[in-house]
Amino acid sequence: MSKIILKIEDIHKEYGHQEILKGISFDIKEGDTVVIIGPSGTGKSTLLRCINLLTKPTRGRIWLDEKEITAPGVDEDVVRRQIGMVFQDFLLFNHLTALDNVMIGLTKLLRMPAGKAKQRAMEVLENVGLINQCNQYPGQLSGGQKQRVAIARSLAMEPRIMLFDEPTSALDPELIGEVLEVMEKLVQKGMTMLVVTHEMGFAREAADRIIFIENGDIVEDGPPEKLFYSPQKERTREFLWKITELYGEKPQ
Amino acid sequence: MFEWFRFSLSILPEFPRAIVLTIQLTLIGLAIGFCVGLLAAIARVYGGKFIRNLAIAYIEFFRGTPILVQLFVLYFGLPDLGISLSRLTAAYIALSLNSGAYQAEYIRGAIQAIGSGQMMAARAIGMSRLKAIWYIILPQALRLVIPPWSNEPIALMKTSAIVYLIAVPDLMTKAKEIIARTYNPIPTYITVALIYLVIVFFLTMILSYIERQVRIPGLEVEVQRT
Repeated sequence: MSKIILKIEDIHKEYGHQEILKGISFDIKEGDTVVIIGPSGTGKSTLLRCINLLTKPTRGRIWLDEKEITAPGVDEDVVRRQIGMVFQDFLLFNHLTALDNVMIGLTKLLRMPAGKAKQRAMEVLENVGLINQCNQYPGQLSGGQKQRVAIARSLAMEPRIMLFDEPTSALDPELIGEVLEVMEKLVQKGMTMLVVTHEMGFAREAADRIIFIENGDIVEDGPPEKLFYSPQKERTREFLWKITELYGEKPQ
Repeated sequence: MFEWFRFSLSILPEFPRAIVLTIQLTLIGLAIGFCVGLLAAIARVYGGKFIRNLAIAYIEFFRGTPILVQLFVLYFGLPDLGISLSRLTAAYIALSLNSGAYQAEYIRGAIQAIGSGQMMAARAIGMSRLKAIWYIILPQALRLVIPPWSNEPIALMKTSAIVYLIAVPDLMTKAKEIIARTYNPIPTYITVALIYLVIVFFLTMILSYIERQVRIPGLEVEVQRT
């Protein structure tokens, strides 16, 4: 039994009278890849933002490495350094080169000397295949390259877990592959990942578990084989059928 | 015409000190105004309710009342409260605070144009709000602000002419002095206007030089020529 890295319990999030998350609970074991699927507007992104405390859950508790990060008095900035986050629209720092995007967290937050930070940043950039683009600005990179820099920026901080919020949804179809490849490499290296995506191919190949969320609630939660081939709920079957048809891969 | 030209040339040697003072008023007002404006802009965008309202009150007050009144209150009004400022100090304070209010709005516009995504990304790697503003938001906003902001040095330099009303010996005061002596107002005013024009010309050149120097590919506001 490997240990549990992330545990979330009964997470609620309300904006005004609208309840976005209606009590979500699950946990993620070290080295696991968990994929969250579900229609848009059902709170998937909100859930990820709650987990790294970018938005405060209205109710519920979250533990990272058995320490409760929703407890009062926790330094959120320190918590976020241990949780990598990759956004749909990359959000690279536009005034910094690829290398500086990756280095800035190391030098300004982890107080690493510049030489050491550069060395680590270059290593990470090499892992995502962008060593030759290290001196280019975000404006000079393609979408796929930008997203790989964004992944490198998070990885350089050596997080305990990586959150991906639809990392390929803003990309041209032919650029999706290079980002998924980097993510699959991470899976193989044993990184713990929580991925919101519509890429069913990735979900089926790489996920240890798939969680289907709709209207702020977990509909079904299980290994990919089970969700794809023998879902418990009719709604799961319907959603998977629709989305795989749309994204070109039919479940057999 | 030739008469005017000769007259202009004859009074030119009287201006250097006044030119220096006008430039000094502009640059110092601009610099202090920038610091004040930067703080006010940050306070207005990121401050809590109280801080934000304080910034808004400052900005709206100094943009909404004539600078002439601000200057008079500082120079003639404050002594009633036991605070006496020299002419030059009153002029510096009025120009700085007035310019700061305008600069705050330029900078606020640029900060908001950067978008909340950059702040979110900075927070996500573990930066505090303050660090995110310093390392991520401002370096981008200050580049973006240069084109609209470059109105401000020019506007402020011309606004600085009002200090002649409290007899600070700037270009305008010098002009008044020459007119009183020579009874030749129009050529004098035109000469002074041309001096302002030349200074503005050099200011503009310096500003566009800076704009080019700090330019980052993909970050500039692009102009599509079709």
